[in-house]
Amino acid sequence: MASIILAIILGLVMISMAITALTAFRVRAAVLASGIVSLIASILYLLLAAPDVAMTEAAIGSGLTTIIFFYVLNKIRRTDV
Amino acid sequence: MYKNLFIIILLTGFGALLGSFLLTHHESLSLPDLPAYYADKTATEVGAANVVTAVIVTYRGFDTLGEVTILFVSAALIAMFLKHSKADLRDRNPRPSSVILSTAQKLLFPLIVLFGVYVFANGHLTPGGGFQGGAIIATGFLLLLMANPQAEFRHGLLNSVESISGITYVVIGILGAVIGLGFLDNRFMPLGELGSLFSAGAIPVIYSFIGLKVGAELSNILHHLNEVQNEE
Repeated sequence: MASIILAIILGLVMISMAITALTAFRVRAAVLASGIVSLIASILYLLLAAPDVAMTEAAIGSGLTTIIFFYVLNKIRRTDV
Repeated sequence: MYKNLFIIILLTGFGALLGSFLLTHHESLSLPDLPAYYADKTATEVGAANVVTAVIVTYRGFDTLGEVTILFVSAALIAMFLKHSKADLRDRNPRPSSVILSTAQKLLFPLIVLFGVYVFANGHLTPGGGFQGGAIIATGFLLLLMANPQAEFRHGLLNSVESISGITYVVIGILGAVIGLGFLDNRFMPLGELGSLFSAGAIPVIYSFIGLKVGAELSNILHHLNEVQNEE
């Protein structure tokens, strides 16, 4: 029961972060919000007894992808201005 | 107006689809045929304690070879598009990283790489495997690049680790076919005792090479992206 409540709370946070990622005015905030979506998704995978997927999601989804977004964002800013 | 209408119709359809799934859903107490086969036969046929690894490396080994190829192609494309001239790198003057980050990086980098190696070497026993271990190693290199943006990786070393791992993976697969068991079959090496480190035939060998390959590829991608940051 406790894990179901935790999953529901995490799901709600995840949805709100996804909406933040779509509507945020600053791109940096949007990228961070999408990273948090991946991080919560990895916790949810762990609750659903899929630790293999959770590890991939945590390392690639929330770690590498977020940083790659920042790298690309930095590059675009530089060439835009 | 039409755009909003389209979005509403799409959301309603999606909701109806999910709702019908939810209403017709019933909990089944036994596994369907294919998962039941994997759950029952993995220990005796493949000898791996982790069923997920057995499915990924052996039963669906050909798919994994495809995934590795896709990752290789994307890494090669990124390397092709992000060419840079060596001279620019010397002139870079990035903002120095904080003391906390650079000190923590010195302590954490070897531990993260060691953990990545642990994850892929124990892929047949515990959750994780080549892709996860490789990604963890790449996050270690990412930390290195964050703390010291001017760090130089030896591209030659990374490239040779990647190519040798890829070739060895395919050679192991073909070896299984030549011996007569089938492409990417792990049973040409002794299966060993279930649950020990040297067990499950060729699975630890294959997954270690996949881990090295994925780690080298992702580190290469990150290094390429880092190198082009200060170019105009």
